[in-house]
Amino acid sequence: MRIQKKDVKQAEADLTPMIDMTFQLIAFFMVLINFSQSEQNARVVLPKSELAKPVDAPIEYPIIIHLTSDDAIVIGGDTISLDALRVRMAPEISLLELEGKTPADANIIIRAHRTAPGGRVQDLINRCQELGFEKFALRVKEDQS
Amino acid sequence: MKFRHRDRDDERTELQMTSMIDIVFLLLVFFVMTFKISAQEGDFNVRMPLQGEGAPSDSTQLPLKLRLISDGRGNLQEIILNDNLSFGTNWQDLRNYIVQTVGAPSGPDSDDGPEVEIDLDYDLHYEHVIEAITAVTGYRRGNDIVRLIDKIRFAPQR
Repeated sequence: MRIQKKDVKQAEADLTPMIDMTFQLIAFFMVLINFSQSEQNARVVLPKSELAKPVDAPIEYPIIIHLTSDDAIVIGGDTISLDALRVRMAPEISLLELEGKTPADANIIIRAHRTAPGGRVQDLINRCQELGFEKFALRVKEDQS
Repeated sequence: MKFRHRDRDDERTELQMTSMIDIVFLLLVFFVMTFKISAQEGDFNVRMPLQGEGAPSDSTQLPLKLRLISDGRGNLQEIILNDNLSFGTNWQDLRNYIVQTVGAPSGPDSDDGPEVEIDLDYDLHYEHVIEAITAVTGYRRGNDIVRLIDKIRFAPQR
């Protein structure tokens, strides 16, 4: 007996709209992803200010110093004490001098925790001044309230 | 004459979408998980040369001395301007006074504008220092920022 093969019709889903949407979502998240988080520190909650505005132009020769809630100083991932600041900054200063610049040309960006003692921030500024740094930027978070 | 129909289905090439969709979903999950809505950050610039060089640029205009007193636990207790004017803990009053004193707001690049010297207790929380800087630096009018005093420095430590 001859068995007739049935022509089984396969149902195919149209994947095009789903792929379109998925790519759009990926593009959205890629554009918005904040790569500058590398310069942030989880132990620092910045104080808020209504006048905080993102800087228009990139800051020249930035050196970011974190002052955490537990009074630790973090530079480039290294946790140091205030006394060790001179040693830690030596390579940064050498790097500046290699480019024909002085510490006065660099910008020290201070990211201090909101409840850190203000005097501690002043200590940090004073130590940097002793090393020849002159320009400081106190980083704050935009107050959205 | 009888035509033989060739089975054209065999010639159809189909793209294997499965692997691509796998990767695409992995990417999507990665970006969704790492996405974090964070407020924008900005800077207050403080120019502080070594002591001795940091004298006010205009000798006829003495800096406004802003004294911030802590209650011993880091909270703000009192704001005193020029050793005689107390504003309690009200930053708005201080700002209003600055607006009256400074008059026409100075431009961001003006070199001869007034200067504020902030004198704070050691243990005062940093957020109050920022509040002080915010109060004297300017205020928001709609989306614009009206600048008052741009030159800020810290008094020698207590």
